[in-house]
Amino acid sequence: MAIGVKVIDRPIQQTSYVRATLSGMGLTLKHLLRPMSEKVTVQYPEEKLGVSPRWRGTHRMLTTEDGKAKCVACGLCPTVCPANCIKLVPGEDENGNRYPLVFEIDEFRCIFCGYCQEVCPEEAIHVGRHYENSEYSREGFVYDLERLMAQTHPVCEMWDPADPKGE
Amino acid sequence: MTTIHALLQAATPSSEPHTLPFFAFTALKLIVVFTVYMVGVALLTLAERKISAWIQDRHGPNRVGFHGLMQPIADGVKNFVKEETYPAAANIPLFVLAPAMAFIPALVTWAVIPFAAPWDGRWGRIEMVLAPLPIGFLFILAISSLGVYGIVLAGWSSNNKYSLLGGLRSSAQMISYEIAMGMSTIPVLLLAGNVSMSKIVNQQAFETWNVLNLTIAFFIFLVAAFAETNRLPFDLPEAESELIAGYHSEYSAMKFSLFFIAEYANMVTASALMATLFFGGWDIPFTLWDNVAPHTFLKTLVTFLFFWSKILFFVFVFIWVRWTLPRFRYDQLMSLGWKIMLPVALGYIVVIAGGTLILESIGIHPSTWQFSVIFLAMNIVLLVALFGFIDRGRLISPAYSRLDKRNLDKLRRVRYERGMLEPVPSEGGAD
Repeated sequence: MAIGVKVIDRPIQQTSYVRATLSGMGLTLKHLLRPMSEKVTVQYPEEKLGVSPRWRGTHRMLTTEDGKAKCVACGLCPTVCPANCIKLVPGEDENGNRYPLVFEIDEFRCIFCGYCQEVCPEEAIHVGRHYENSEYSREGFVYDLERLMAQTHPVCEMWDPADPKGE
Repeated sequence: MTTIHALLQAATPSSEPHTLPFFAFTALKLIVVFTVYMVGVALLTLAERKISAWIQDRHGPNRVGFHGLMQPIADGVKNFVKEETYPAAANIPLFVLAPAMAFIPALVTWAVIPFAAPWDGRWGRIEMVLAPLPIGFLFILAISSLGVYGIVLAGWSSNNKYSLLGGLRSSAQMISYEIAMGMSTIPVLLLAGNVSMSKIVNQQAFETWNVLNLTIAFFIFLVAAFAETNRLPFDLPEAESELIAGYHSEYSAMKFSLFFIAEYANMVTASALMATLFFGGWDIPFTLWDNVAPHTFLKTLVTFLFFWSKILFFVFVFIWVRWTLPRFRYDQLMSLGWKIMLPVALGYIVVIAGGTLILESIGIHPSTWQFSVIFLAMNIVLLVALFGFIDRGRLISPAYSRLDKRNLDKLRRVRYERGMLEPVPSEGGAD
């Protein structure tokens, strides 16, 4: 045998087939007879496990009290976005307040890094704690401003260096 | 018509082929057996998934219908409407033929298995077996070996190396275990003195079930049945980790499903054989009520249920073992078949035949209670010997084994004698 091959001495004295098989079948029978309440499966659509407070899912745009988007169209999020998935066309009203004319996020391109939330000075755009996103078409994954504002799921709590374990 | 009568007479000399009732009841029995069998097989796919789930602390399919009871129907519909693909280089006729070849032998075997007590009705005695062949057991041996053709043909005609390897493995495995299986049933035939399935059932009903005095034969038959049906721990022909899906890698939709059905059909057939040969067939234990006249329809019905409960028990064992044991390595499989099961089966024939001969020569004939008691005692002794002493301390062809000191010294002596003396290596370095 070549040098360096790991040789395991099998415990031949204790090797058994029939008895070992029977004890193994006893073990599986014990599990088989467990009551239904001890099963580990989560019945998904009915029961859901919570996600981490730092879970980064599809986006949500927060609004002010009068129902307008908090976004001031500063352009930081499309700049910082590594996947280039945010499309922002800024506008300005008669008072000189900037607001987004077009604000679209392509959730297919998004890599859910959360930089947009991190960089936003107005705490307007957030990644959300949400994961049920199915759509029937690719176009459905381009979320416009209206849709982003209509989302209601909780938003991600970003990692805080002062509290690294999230306590 | 006369030739048909003559043929039927030759096939079933016991029952007179009265024209109309005979044909009508044969057709009826065909329909009943086929329906129960196919529905059973369909539900088994669900049972397998449920039991495997429970063993693994899961729920199993529970979405379609009440607790997933409609799952087989959903699977069937899915398999019918799925696209069928044919490999470009496949041999299409054989490729299409193979699933049927895998499925039919399992079904045909049922022709000779008695599934209930006979019924003495208004139309004379009706045997509850499709074809009461006097050579039923030989028929089973002949037909059950055909099942491998489907798998081998599927493997070859797919023109896929993994399929071919699966088919090859399957053929080698079937040949190895077919022999042990056939040999393990010879003690049963020795005790029954007959190869007719009905006679074997009757002998067990009036004496003892064969499992009690031929446990080792039953054990060998059980292991061989696992190998014959390609179930874990012997599912080498479709070993996923090595061969994708083995012989049915290239099959899709209903053709794939047919292989699946064939596996379960084989399982039910093997279970029926075990029940018939070793567990008294349709016999109800501890009573002779079902075995003596008058043979009413109630008795037929109850024994039918008993037979099916025995089959379901063995099917459960099949599933249970599958979700307990890991797969054998291929050389271990061969070594187990040829070096252990075959010699044990052959030795057991000698023991049983010799025992019968000795007992008869001192005046104790089969079917007396002394004979049964002596066989039972002999069986216990053999069982303890086999499982108590022989089972422990052996490996079935280990991957490697370190040479022990004695063998090492022997090898060194040989080298001395041949003049190939080398410096004696340090401790443990020579293996």
